[in-house]
This record gives sequence, structure tokens and C-alpha cells, in this order.
Amino acid sequence: MGWSALLLVLVTLLTFLVFYVLPSADPALLRIGRHASPEQIAEVRAVFGLDEPFYTQFWIYAKDVVTEFDLGYSYYSEVAVREEIFSRLPASVSVALGAFVLWMAIALPVGVLTALKPRSRSDRAVTGLTLFFLSAPTYWLGLVALFLFARDIGRFPLVGGAGTYVALSEDPKAWFESLIWPWIVLALAFAGLYARMIGENLRDTLSQDYIRTARAKGLSERRVILRHGLRAALTPIVTLAALDLGLLLGGTILVETVFNIPGVGRYAVEAIQNGDLPAIQGTVLFGAIFIVLAILAADILYAVLDPRVRY
Amino acid sequence: MALLELRGLRVAFRTREGLVQAVNDVTLSLDRGRTMGLVGESGSGKTVTALTILGLTRSEQTEAAGEALFDGVDLLRLSGSELRSLRGRRIAMVFQDPLSSLHPMHRIGWQIDEAIRAHEGTSKKAARSRTVQLLRSVGIQDPEARVDSYPHELSGGMRQRVMIAIALALSPDLLIADEPTSALDVTVQSQILELLARLQSEMGMALLIVSHDLGVIAEQTDEIVVMYAGRVVEQGTRDDVIGAAIHPYTRGLLDSIPHVDGPRVAELTPIPGAPPNAVSLPSGCAFHPRCVHALASCALKVPDLALVGSDHRVACPVMAPLAVDSSNR
Repeated sequence: MGWSALLLVLVTLLTFLVFYVLPSADPALLRIGRHASPEQIAEVRAVFGLDEPFYTQFWIYAKDVVTEFDLGYSYYSEVAVREEIFSRLPASVSVALGAFVLWMAIALPVGVLTALKPRSRSDRAVTGLTLFFLSAPTYWLGLVALFLFARDIGRFPLVGGAGTYVALSEDPKAWFESLIWPWIVLALAFAGLYARMIGENLRDTLSQDYIRTARAKGLSERRVILRHGLRAALTPIVTLAALDLGLLLGGTILVETVFNIPGVGRYAVEAIQNGDLPAIQGTVLFGAIFIVLAILAADILYAVLDPRVRY
Repeated sequence: MALLELRGLRVAFRTREGLVQAVNDVTLSLDRGRTMGLVGESGSGKTVTALTILGLTRSEQTEAAGEALFDGVDLLRLSGSELRSLRGRRIAMVFQDPLSSLHPMHRIGWQIDEAIRAHEGTSKKAARSRTVQLLRSVGIQDPEARVDSYPHELSGGMRQRVMIAIALALSPDLLIADEPTSALDVTVQSQILELLARLQSEMGMALLIVSHDLGVIAEQTDEIVVMYAGRVVEQGTRDDVIGAAIHPYTRGLLDSIPHVDGPRVAELTPIPGAPPNAVSLPSGCAFHPRCVHALASCALKVPDLALVGSDHRVACPVMAPLAVDSSNR
């Protein structure tokens, strides 16, 4: 727990440092507008503490975050960063969770099949597809998907194109349609990788002595693979999946940008383009919090799943 | 009719280096309630022989020939599901390393229940009460609490007792114990051997003990089969093989067993050389490069296993020249 807090402080400090040392724009100028007089700019600097030394600024920021979870106000829109992020979180969570479910639903059966038939044609096909989708950039796959299937520009208009995201609470069907391609594009990259890992883990597991014991008991092959093989082979995968999910929950920059989904990832991109330090800080901190939570969840899951692990 | 009868059993594995003949023309028979010891160094084919009886060597890379009759049924020709219905129910097996042979993530009670429920439509509750009884009969203290332990929470000896409980869950007719004590502390080894002997006499099953250690086998077997490089080199009653060994390899094994009252380890006579590589076996008698009695003729022809006593067979034309005559008759 201690190191989780330390990690969050370090991430925040690092982001702070990068934008303090290498500012993309003068914060005071952003705040007040382009045609301000030097006196006005100085005043803004004083009011917002921008003339304070680096460590004082960081202290003020960190104190507000810890005591009130106040992430400051956007220089650009003057809206509280916390509210901005919270309002975009459902979109990012929708993208991440849907993709996660999809990639696991693909990877699990494919992984098991390749483990049962090593070096077979299907095993090689999975290896090839994995390499393809791992090396194909997400934004490229996303654009291809849009060009092919989007209702506005697609050759085979099936689903809504970029920028058609609707909240789940408003219209579940439209929500699903707008997210199906982002899910597929995101899931493809992970599904191949996970299918390979599950396949390799299961193959290793199936050569273990306890699998021979299970067979010697006269169990069906199905039970040997599911209850004995997968039980052991999936345990390390579950913790890895928790980490990847945590990473995605903090916002998926490329997919949200390509499909124009108003999530945390796209907010981060806009913030960087605008040199909007509080917004950048907020999104980075949010991402870091999700990762720390994911690491924690992975540790707990591992201990629950593997009785040999103790805290 | 013998309970288990192997006739000319051959098992070969296809590998990148070529066909490896792991078991070559093994013939033996084991009656109900009797105990047989299968001895040999690692790579002699004894474990492959044992695993083949249960069909556990079956794969696309394996070729098995000959016959393995169990109660008159050839195990090599059974379908997967027919074989599965025998496994664990009529033929059971205890393996060498109980830690790796038990599933690390399942409680031991679950693992024993499963063995029972694989063959009998018992309720979970009924299976559990039998599991507790089984644990008690293999000498585990406080079995009601122990059923909820994981394998890593038990000692090596306890784990092997759990393996034995799994194997005996359905009172099999044949128990195969593959190096049942090799992974255990010396003090625990004799306890496990005594337990096996006691359970065997209580349940009346046949026992096939596979070991590299003649000392383990000498104690309690009726018959002994000695294997070298995939072939049987000597077989007979315990008195024949331990008391009147003829084959130079069997003698070598006997000379290399340390005794408390015998010579110090430094004075033991090891067998010179190392077991041959199964991919490229020496011609003729596979033991001849290590044999002090070897003649030039030993490299020419694989010696036949020939009768030298009422049930005593030896495959060595040098030490048992009569055997050559009997095989030519």
C-alpha cells in the first residue's frame, strides 16, 4: 500500500516537472487570453500562484488533491478538471470493459484449441494473426474499420461512424452500435496475445505430473483440461488481465481519438494540445490511480487463486 | 488366468533423433494378490512399461505393440473411454513425486472425492465421508481437518499417503507404484513401503512396484523382473533373483546396494559405465560394453531370455550357457 501512494506522488511529480521545465505555453497567457497587457498577466500569475517556485506550486496542487480530491481548474475552459474527467469516465470504461470481455471471449477458446493441437494449422494461424494484429497500429485498424463499415463514409454501412457515441443510460442500442468497432479493434490486438499466452500456459500445464494423476484417476479428458489444466494455466493470466484492464480503464487514447469517443483518453489529447496543465495532470493521475488499483487487484486475485501464495 | 499379462510388449517413441525403442519385447505375468518388482536404472523402460499398462503413454508420437492383457482384455486395443473406465477403478497408480503429482491448487479432499465420483454416482457428502475414511486408513491423523489442506501444507510422507488414498479410493485389483519412495526421506520410505504392504494384504490387490532400488523391492515382492535398456534381462522369484542372481547386471545391482553391516560406500562395487542412450543402443546384448564377462559373441546377437530354473529366466549366454541350449531346443 505504501508504495502505491509513493508511485502516485512520483507520477504526479514527474508530470508536473515536465510541464514546468518544458511548458508548451505560458499558463497565465492561456488563462487570460491573447490580448492582455503585461500588468494583467502579472496579476493572473500572482492570483494563481504561477510566480511561486516549483515546489510551492506542487505542494499546493498535491495538498488539494489529497484533502479534497480537487484537481484544479482547466486553464482552457475554466471547468473543474475532476468534473470533466468524471463526465468522460463512463465512455472510457465502456470502451475498456467491452473490449476486455470480447478479447477474453476470443482468447480463451482459441488458446485452449491451440494448446490441444500444437504445431497444427490452427496453431500456426493464431500465431500469424497475433503477429499481424500486434503489429497493425490500432489507429490504422480503426480507420480501416470506419472506411469499411461506418454509416457515413463506409463501403458497407453497418454501424455508426466516428463521433456517434451515446451514453448507455440514454440509448443502449445506439451505445452498443457506436462501440462495437472500437471494441473489436481494441480486442484484436489483445486477443491474439492472450490466446498465445493461454495456449502456451495450458500446454506447459498439460505436461505436468498432476495432469497425469488426473488421467490416471480415469477422469474424462474434458474434465482433465478444464478443472485441472485451465485451473492452473489461467491463474497467471488473470493477474495479467487485471493489469491490462487497469491500463485501459484510464482512457484509451488512440481508439477514442480515431472513433471520436468523448472519453478520458481524448480529453488527455485535447489537454496536451492546449497546454492545459491541470487537465494533463488530472488525466495522468487518473490513469495512474487505475493502474495502482489494478496492481492491487491482481495481487489479491493471485493470492485468492493460488493457495500457495501468502501475503 | 493371470490378472496382468504382458506379452512381447514394445513401446517406441518417435523423436527428432529417430525412433526410440523404450520397451522391447517385455513378457511378464502377475497373479491376483501377488507382488512383483520391476527393477532397472533410469532409462531401462520400467516406468514406460508401467505407464503403458494404464494407457498413459498413448499419443501420436508413441507406437505400442504386443499385448497387455488385464483380466484377459488387451489394454492396448481398448478405446479411450473403455480405458478410462478401468483407470482409477480397477487399475490405479502411485507416482514418484507426490508434490508434483498432486494438483497444487485443489484441496486434497477435493482430489480424493473426485477419484471416487469419477466412477461412481456418489453424492458429494457420501464421497467426502469415504475420503475421510480413506485418509484414516492410510495413516493420516485427524483426517476430518486434513481434507481441507492443500498439498503444500503437508509433509512429503503425508502427500504420498494422500496419493495412495487416491489410488485405493475404489479398491483396485492392480496397484502400480512407480518409484513410490524415491522422492521421500529415508525414514519415511520404510513407512510408505509398510503401508503399501499392509493395504495390499487387507485389500487383496496385486501390486507392481517399479524401482531403481533393489533394496526397496527385495523386502516384499514375490517375483522380480530386472530390465536393462528396454529388455528383461532376468526374472524369477525373489529368492532366484536376490539369492541366486545370474545375469551380470543383476549381480552388479546387488553389489551396489549399501548395507548397514556391509562395506562402506567407498568399498561398494559400482557397475562401470553409464546406461546406454536409447537412440543408439549397443549391438547384441545392450549390457556388453559394461560387462566384465562379455565375450566377442555378446556384441553379435541379442540374447534370448531362457529358463534356468523352475521360473527363473536369464538373458545371458555367457553366465547361463545352458540357457542357449534350451532356447535352441
